[in-house]
Amino acid sequence: MRYTFCLFAVLAFIWLTNSGLYTPLLLCFGLISVVFVILIARRMKVVDGESLPLELWATLPGYYLWLWRKIIASNLEVAACVWGGLFSRRETISPCSERIPTRLKSDLGKVLYANSITLTPGTVAIDVDKDSVLVHALTRSGLNELKQGDMEKQILALTEQHAVAGTTGQKNEC
Amino acid sequence: MIDVLLSYTSGLLLFLGCFFMLTGAIGLLRFPDFYSRMHAAGVTDTLATVLILSGLMLMAGWSLALFKLALIMLFIFFTSPTASHALARSAQLCALRLTHAPVDNGPADVSRPTAETSTPASRMEAAEGS
Amino acid sequence: MLNATLIALLVVMSLALARAIKGPSIHDRILAVNMFGTKTVLLIAVICFTFGKPEFLDIALVYALINFVSVIGVLRYFEFRSRHQDGTQNGTGEVASD
Repeated sequence: MRYTFCLFAVLAFIWLTNSGLYTPLLLCFGLISVVFVILIARRMKVVDGESLPLELWATLPGYYLWLWRKIIASNLEVAACVWGGLFSRRETISPCSERIPTRLKSDLGKVLYANSITLTPGTVAIDVDKDSVLVHALTRSGLNELKQGDMEKQILALTEQHAVAGTTGQKNEC
Repeated sequence: MIDVLLSYTSGLLLFLGCFFMLTGAIGLLRFPDFYSRMHAAGVTDTLATVLILSGLMLMAGWSLALFKLALIMLFIFFTSPTASHALARSAQLCALRLTHAPVDNGPADVSRPTAETSTPASRMEAAEGS
Repeated sequence: MLNATLIALLVVMSLALARAIKGPSIHDRILAVNMFGTKTVLLIAVICFTFGKPEFLDIALVYALINFVSVIGVLRYFEFRSRHQDGTQNGTGEVASD
């Protein structure tokens, strides 16, 4: 029920910010469409902790802030690769790929990890397995940096504290 | 005073966004194989998009346009890794299979190991559900 | 600055189009088209500010949605096709299979 209510709040917020017209008729239409979407989502059984990770609301923004610093740094690296290769006529990139083992157990953690890897330019997560991620990187140093496991530690700290509650308590509450 | 500052800041953000976008496009054009090109496209998807949209947001001020731009930014920020992950996985499944060794220049002459394939259905769910 | 951004966006879009025309494999083309679509969203958003028409932002939003869905759909299609006729021709046009 909690998830349904949160979905309602999010959808209503999106409707209100997008419409800009607040006459009673249009608000009614908005209510009807929001309720319709919630009914469809409940029928599809996607209203649960996976689509709305409410447990992370306090820690996720901090993680994304950390991730942003990473993204900017790796963006500058890739830009240096592009321009360096353009001007100096020597090979600046060394594409390589490797399977990186991961300690993340929960699905949410793995999705977050693969998403973060893909979001930072220079590394792309190609395949996610039970205990490893196949990563393609633009340079060898980018791959080595990922292998040190800084990002994984962050996500582990993020998802570990509610992992027990997440696996047992979420499925039946819808 | 604050108006001048805002307009200069948004101009700077737009300029930086243009620079990163051009970088990504040049990378897309001159990198040798498919997977490297994907990294170049990633530059334009994350940083350049966010820089340009935040430049526009500073220009919009407090209005409905601000929320809409923020929504576009959020949407692109969350869908672009999903799209590129789906693209990479599809390339992996179809033709341009990667090996564990460093990739050679031409994607056409990469040999195709068959043991690499994992169950496709579950992976597609992971790509769509994020 | 807005006009300069507009020109830069058009240049980037033409470069992406060049990759889409040149691209040796089908995935290069899809990648270029995906980038082209993202840049179109930005182009519409910038146009909205140069001409002062705030309605265009809605179009940009809808275009972002359609772009994502269409890329996923096209990928699904080619994945299915290449799995369907695996061994004879692997959907890339120029890359000979095996």
